[in-house]
Amino acid sequence: MGVLPTLQKQRHPLASGEAQRRRLAALPLARSFESALDGVGLLPLAATGIEILQVNVGKKCNQTCRHCHVDAGPDRTEMMPPDVVDACLRVLAESSIPVLDITGGAPELHPEFRRIVVTATGLGRRVIDRCNLTITRLPNYRWIPRFLADHQVEITASLPYFQARQTDAQRGDGVFEDSVAALRELNALGYGKPGRGLVLNLVTNPVGAFLPPDQRAAERDWKRELERRYGIVFDRLFTITNMPISRFLEHLEEKGQTEAYLARLVQGFNPVAAAGVMCRTTLSVGWDGTLYDCDFNQMLELPLGQALPRDIRDFDAARLAGRPIALGPHCFGCTAGAGSSCGGAVA
Amino acid sequence: MDDSHYYHAPDLARFGEMGKGAPELWEKFSAWYGAVFAEGALTAREKALIALAVSHAVQCPYCIDAYTTASLEQGSNEEQMTEAVHVAAAIRGGASLVHGVQMRNHLERLGM
Repeated sequence: MGVLPTLQKQRHPLASGEAQRRRLAALPLARSFESALDGVGLLPLAATGIEILQVNVGKKCNQTCRHCHVDAGPDRTEMMPPDVVDACLRVLAESSIPVLDITGGAPELHPEFRRIVVTATGLGRRVIDRCNLTITRLPNYRWIPRFLADHQVEITASLPYFQARQTDAQRGDGVFEDSVAALRELNALGYGKPGRGLVLNLVTNPVGAFLPPDQRAAERDWKRELERRYGIVFDRLFTITNMPISRFLEHLEEKGQTEAYLARLVQGFNPVAAAGVMCRTTLSVGWDGTLYDCDFNQMLELPLGQALPRDIRDFDAARLAGRPIALGPHCFGCTAGAGSSCGGAVA
Repeated sequence: MDDSHYYHAPDLARFGEMGKGAPELWEKFSAWYGAVFAEGALTAREKALIALAVSHAVQCPYCIDAYTTASLEQGSNEEQMTEAVHVAAAIRGGASLVHGVQMRNHLERLGM
């Protein structure tokens, strides 16, 4: 599999968030997400604060992974404009939100990525870069590892498996080899090594329509195998459930597995995971400044509730910190089994 | 209900209907089944792989579907799962072959 065109480029019927929401709403589920929450006393689901400002700086990426919920790829052009970048940084400066989580696409492709990092770290905030690893192998982007290390940026890097076949099946031919090279370079800079303060976490999504394995057991396997095979070390492994939206939804549709996968997510509803979903402590910002409860709602174009500020330029911590969360059938993806979040399992 | 053939994939999701005829027996089975697959001296992953192998030995298509998913969700990969199926196949093949000794015993009895 080479670099594929995005759904948007293909003018695919599932390219829009609205079309995806319509498809999900038409599925005959055993129960709605709202009724599942109601059954465990969590309805209405509300945020408990804003601990993470997750900024999606754009949809451009050097890869087109099969499971990507963003439909990111080389042919996407959406990029956060400078005034929206300024607004995000102003919110950080004027609030006490402790974590800036930069995502995309490949966030390092944003022309102001370095300014964002330098400003946020200068404000004393913990900064996370959601890195696809292969971006660091491109000639114009070889500066990334050293830059991230110099600014003590925490790296959360995608690696679905410790073997090439599964990794390349999800992320494209040659991705595993480039990822190993990138991880070795990060290790050489001190990332993932004790006492260096350079955090390197890995993220794995299942290579298919099933739930992720137990996070602790998988982390033991990943650590053993990556060190034994490639001499690579890292801090933590995050297991993340594939969300039935965008390209993974298209994959499910192609395989005729959409209903079965949603049924698996519904069957796996875990009240403990539901209580700990990331949207309760995260505020998500789209490339154009629009606010969302999470990156998934962002891609589904599912806005914040009525009467709430809907743009980062109108940020109001008091009104957003306890906001009701906008819900849909896709939310079962975050509550199945051990749960799933940008920081891995939650239960 | 599809009764055009004996095995029907959606019937796996209806397994619980077996509780209708004998609820107490079903509850006992369910509790025991859950305990069997819980993490113990063997890991949940090892138990799922054993179940996958046994599913092939007893040729239960429902069990094969269920424990293919379970093995993946417990973190096993295709290579490990395929080796587990080979273990089942080897035992089945070996079980046939070892009966050859009985054949040889009877040959001995009948022959000169």
